[in-house]
Amino acid sequence: MLHIAHLARVGIADDEVDHFAGQLSQILEYFERLGQVDTADAPPTAHTLPLHNVWREDETEPCLDPEEALANAPLQEGGLFRVKAILDE
Amino acid sequence: MTDFPWLTITEAAELLRRREASSVDLTQAAFERIGRLNGEINAYLTLTEQQALEQARRADERLAKGEAGPLTGIPGAIKDVICTQGVRTTAGSKILEPFVPPYDSNVMTLLKEAGIVMLGKTNMDEFAMGSSGENSAYGPARNPWALDRVPGGSSSGSAAAVAAGMAYFALGSDTGGSIRQPAALSGVVGMKPTYGRVSRYGLIAFGSSLDQIGPFTRSVKDAALVFEAIAGYDGRDSTSAPVEVPNFAAALGNDDLAGVRVGVPREYFVEGMDPQVREAVTAGINQMISLGADVDWEVSLPSTPHALAVYYIIAPCEASANLARFDGVKYGYAYQDGESMWENMEKTRQYGFGAEVKRRIMLGTYALSAGYYDAYYLKAQKVRTLIRREFDAAFENYDVLVAPVSPTPAFKIGEKVDDPLQMYLSDVCTIPVNIAGLPGISVPCGFATAEDGARLPIGLQVIAKPFDEATMLRVAHAYEQSAGWSGKRPVI
Repeated sequence: MLHIAHLARVGIADDEVDHFAGQLSQILEYFERLGQVDTADAPPTAHTLPLHNVWREDETEPCLDPEEALANAPLQEGGLFRVKAILDE
Repeated sequence: MTDFPWLTITEAAELLRRREASSVDLTQAAFERIGRLNGEINAYLTLTEQQALEQARRADERLAKGEAGPLTGIPGAIKDVICTQGVRTTAGSKILEPFVPPYDSNVMTLLKEAGIVMLGKTNMDEFAMGSSGENSAYGPARNPWALDRVPGGSSSGSAAAVAAGMAYFALGSDTGGSIRQPAALSGVVGMKPTYGRVSRYGLIAFGSSLDQIGPFTRSVKDAALVFEAIAGYDGRDSTSAPVEVPNFAAALGNDDLAGVRVGVPREYFVEGMDPQVREAVTAGINQMISLGADVDWEVSLPSTPHALAVYYIIAPCEASANLARFDGVKYGYAYQDGESMWENMEKTRQYGFGAEVKRRIMLGTYALSAGYYDAYYLKAQKVRTLIRREFDAAFENYDVLVAPVSPTPAFKIGEKVDDPLQMYLSDVCTIPVNIAGLPGISVPCGFATAEDGARLPIGLQVIAKPFDEATMLRVAHAYEQSAGWSGKRPVI
């Protein structure tokens, strides 16, 4: 449970762990039913449209200016999003 | 004049065209009603009165010049998962509480061109994850037919606003039933278009292979008008379909269904279905027979019972990837008191997301993780193929399929809130349509009487093959015209 929460980068309070674990186990148990379905001749469907490899010309198009793009940033500095150091010293 | 709030779009547009009312009149009447009722119903999270009156004045100028379209000057509401430039867009989440989009979604651009008046942004389950509206970080919206009950979800506020006469129409989004189920529970018309028909540009993503934007209205004809305005190819959505948009409203026809082949998939009448829902839907189908439809009651789509499991794997998997962007760096709520970047990110997501969103992110993360991918995600995608194939085979023989929308009428607030699997079961009749990418519409088909005496609306679902919304709307319109259940008003 804590491993999954860590992979998802979602903090979980100690008193929530058992509650979530119980609910998720129940849901995963429900998924077991799919194991009985014969899918030998069924390729996977990612989405339902007959569209593949949608490209456009590699040309610059109008986009947000830096001020607009940063307008919602919790912290910014010098035209950049500001975060704490990602790598340790 | 007090009846302004209950007009259909078609009726209101006629008043505007004849200059018997102005868009400013309609807009002021709408805000008067919203001001009186929103405290109770909680349909709107944000109101945009100043901007709305400005839009109404511009619409009146267009009307005066004879440059108006069918939606010009009509006040509507927008689900708060759809980006609106300069107007706060929260997705019902605390994590987006301060977020003001710097651009408009494609549907908003199209509606502005059509000259609509935006009244505000509507309440919803957080990130559109839920079937009751109770997962909103801003408190649940309430059902105008019974205030102690849910309006359905996730587009809870959009359904409640249209049902309570607080908007002439509203946009919602439907990933597993989030337009059709609340429409059914609130007694209005709600339509999910074919996947790819309406651009998702500017729709905050939940399940990208399932999400579609669509209208809530008080009549099928109104749904056709709004749908037509928002449909069409958009290069900014890579799954937007380059398919022509016909004039849906003009093709509705009368109430003759002669020669229309209707299939009734028996798996949709699930165990545990409320008998009053079963009766009302069955009566609706009998009504279609009396209009000349050729009904086959014995259609089988045998993979239907697997659809719920397929959905609750695929949608959380897609959501876990889509919601990775909410990290407290680029926008929204940010926890900033941690020792490290990682601690800040984890706490931002811990305090910013509600319980259901966390559950789904963790479910999706688990199902996609090494060693489990084949057993869950890949398997679900394969069963998805089987579900689509069964629909394709059925549409060789039938023009439309008709089924219930929800197994029960509106339930009480709090009833299912801590039992996720029970809550998921309320989408059992709508989910297969998203999995197969089909269009579906919910039309009112009667009322149930609850144990506490509440009179609760029931919806009937019409499903068609991809990009054949025209036939779906024609059948729904014919039924609506002869059955007369649309446009009923709750007493509030």
